[in-house]
Amino acid sequence: MRLPRNHPIPWTLVCFLTPVILWLFLLIVLPHIDLLLMSLRREDATGATSWSIANYLLFFKEPIYWLTFVRTAIYSIIVTFLTFVIALPVAFYITKVAAFRFQGFLTMLLLLPFWVSELVRVYGWMILLRESGIVNHFLLRFGILERPVEMLYNDATMVMGLVYTSMLFMVIPLISVLENLDDSLIEAAYDLGGTMWSIVFRIIIPHAVPGIVAGSIVVFMLTLGNYLTPNLLGGKNSLWFTEQIYNQFIASFNWNQGSAFGFLLLVLSSLVVWAGLKLSGQKLSRVMK
Amino acid sequence: MQIDLSARDATKKFGEFTAVDRVSFDVRQGEFFSILGPSGCGKTTLLRMIAGFIEPTHGTIHIRGNDMAGISPNRRPVNLIFQQLALFPMMSVEQNIAFGLQRRREQKVDIRKKVEAILERVDLPGFGRKKIDQLSGGQKQRVAIARCLVLNPTVLLLDEPLGALDLKLREQMKVELKKLQHQVGTTFIYITHDQSEALVMSDHVAVMNMGKFEQIDTPQNLYNKPSTPFVARFVGENNAWSGTVLKESDAFVEVKTDEGLVFKTKAKERFSLGQRVDLFLRPEAMLIQPDISLGGLNRFRVVVNSILFDGANSQLLASPLNSRREIIIALPQNRQYDYIEVGDTVDIGWDTNSGICFQHHETAS
Ligand SMILES: Nc1ncnc2c1ncn2[C@@H]1O[C@H](COP(=O)(O)OP(=O)(O)OP(=O)(O)O)[C@@H](O)[C@H]1O
Ligand SMILES: [Mg+2]
Repeated sequence: MRLPRNHPIPWTLVCFLTPVILWLFLLIVLPHIDLLLMSLRREDATGATSWSIANYLLFFKEPIYWLTFVRTAIYSIIVTFLTFVIALPVAFYITKVAAFRFQGFLTMLLLLPFWVSELVRVYGWMILLRESGIVNHFLLRFGILERPVEMLYNDATMVMGLVYTSMLFMVIPLISVLENLDDSLIEAAYDLGGTMWSIVFRIIIPHAVPGIVAGSIVVFMLTLGNYLTPNLLGGKNSLWFTEQIYNQFIASFNWNQGSAFGFLLLVLSSLVVWAGLKLSGQKLSRVMK
Repeated sequence: MQIDLSARDATKKFGEFTAVDRVSFDVRQGEFFSILGPSGCGKTTLLRMIAGFIEPTHGTIHIRGNDMAGISPNRRPVNLIFQQLALFPMMSVEQNIAFGLQRRREQKVDIRKKVEAILERVDLPGFGRKKIDQLSGGQKQRVAIARCLVLNPTVLLLDEPLGALDLKLREQMKVELKKLQHQVGTTFIYITHDQSEALVMSDHVAVMNMGKFEQIDTPQNLYNKPSTPFVARFVGENNAWSGTVLKESDAFVEVKTDEGLVFKTKAKERFSLGQRVDLFLRPEAMLIQPDISLGGLNRFRVVVNSILFDGANSQLLASPLNSRREIIIALPQNRQYDYIEVGDTVDIGWDTNSGICFQHHETAS
């Protein structure tokens, strides 16, 4: 068989790819190039700009900045881990325990909170947890507390809010991997003398690794880049790195510094994800299938 | 002889539907016991009750005299080889086999030794490091068996383990499995819907139909002395005639088939005159062109419809004269009958001892 010399232009492919490439280019690549250029410039007292890496150096020189980043990263890892610990039994229940006809319904229930905006969800938590809120009201009513306590504006509440916001992004990939887990593998392990723990750690988790990694990357990145929840639930002295970026852009009006922080967030979080993939021995392309 | 497993009236109901219906049997130590039945008759359900995945609705299961009620699968001295094998794909062959030993917290060195020994036993030495998806169907089979045998179970349960293999491999594994069982001496309970598997391998076979055991017997007896029409139909090939009883003497009955043939045959039970009966006759019980001098034969003539050549299993499909029903007649390949051609009329004779007669059942056609 001989191929024609002039390949016809694959129009369908072009039609399909053009918006994707445009979108990637206009909304992701271009702003980031601009961000990078901006982060490498510095304004001196006279208002003249020049090339400099001082913006980046500042991050490492000022403990407040890199400590905020470390804090944010550690909390994001904690949130990711807690989300996983809660999501695994939920996903297991939905795929393996619940009757088939309830599975769709249960997944729907998980989706429901995402029909309202994050802001409304966070305010929901605030209504529940504030000093004059519903939880305090009932605790007082039943005599468990003598005086109302402030449950908002601390790290625990912030972590809880972030876990709640992230649940879906962990449960969905876990459901999709657990659906492929043959029930007979679990039964075989049980038959061979396995206990609940050994089945979870030797069979279920190893099988679910691709889903766990995919879910963890999404949850970690979303948490790290979250602004609303840490800001509203976390209170004054629990700074999130996104707030630092916000402060540079809006409060200090130092766009160059803000860009440098933005870029650092991108690079450092990618490093954390890379390290996570290395540790779990996974490849990104395989996980994202 | 010690009884390894004994079931009494084991019953499982799913709602109104009875999947296993008052099944009782004993399996002796070291025995190869098969449960043979058509798809959906409740074999897997029964096996899962023995393994502990399902609790019987009523009835009891004892293993070596211990009541198994309320004991979870991970604490029963039985292991199950699943219909789909259920090897752990995330582990190597070695880790698969070691899984059960590790759960028993055995020493690392012991585990290594046992794994090596059992791999040797199932003819897979040096396969320990392989991944499950690097194995062929027959090798997976053997790993699944090794994974259970290494735990030294009192009873090994096998749920149609050869079902997924191709015919050639199945024949080979059949022989190997029987040999293996003989060597290790473990009691096997083997489920299958393939009667040849059951007959070749087993010491005893239980034939199961719609949740009930129809007959528990040796393979020879199942074939030669089926005790129900279902067994007669299901085990081996059989020709069935419906008819009425013409005459009855103490050991024999004379039956007139619906086509008008009259046969004399042994009676298993007592019949009354005019009663509807089913007569079963094995293809190989029929002699082609028997000698005139041979006495004690039922004789009739058939027209050959087709000749199915299949080596030692060759058969004639033929219809009795003036009838459209087709019967199967074994065609021995000793060159004696090479002259027979389609359309020929041949004499058939069969010994009055080789037929078997049952009361007619509505379900039987
Ligand atoms: N969990 C269940 N709920 C309701 N009915 C069931 C359940 N499990 C099995 N059954 C029914 O019980 C009957 C016996 O099933 P079982 O799996 O024991 O058959 P089997 O003899 O193993 O068949 P096969 O040879 O096809 O594997 C079937 O009719 C099946 O539909
Ligand atoms: Mg079955």
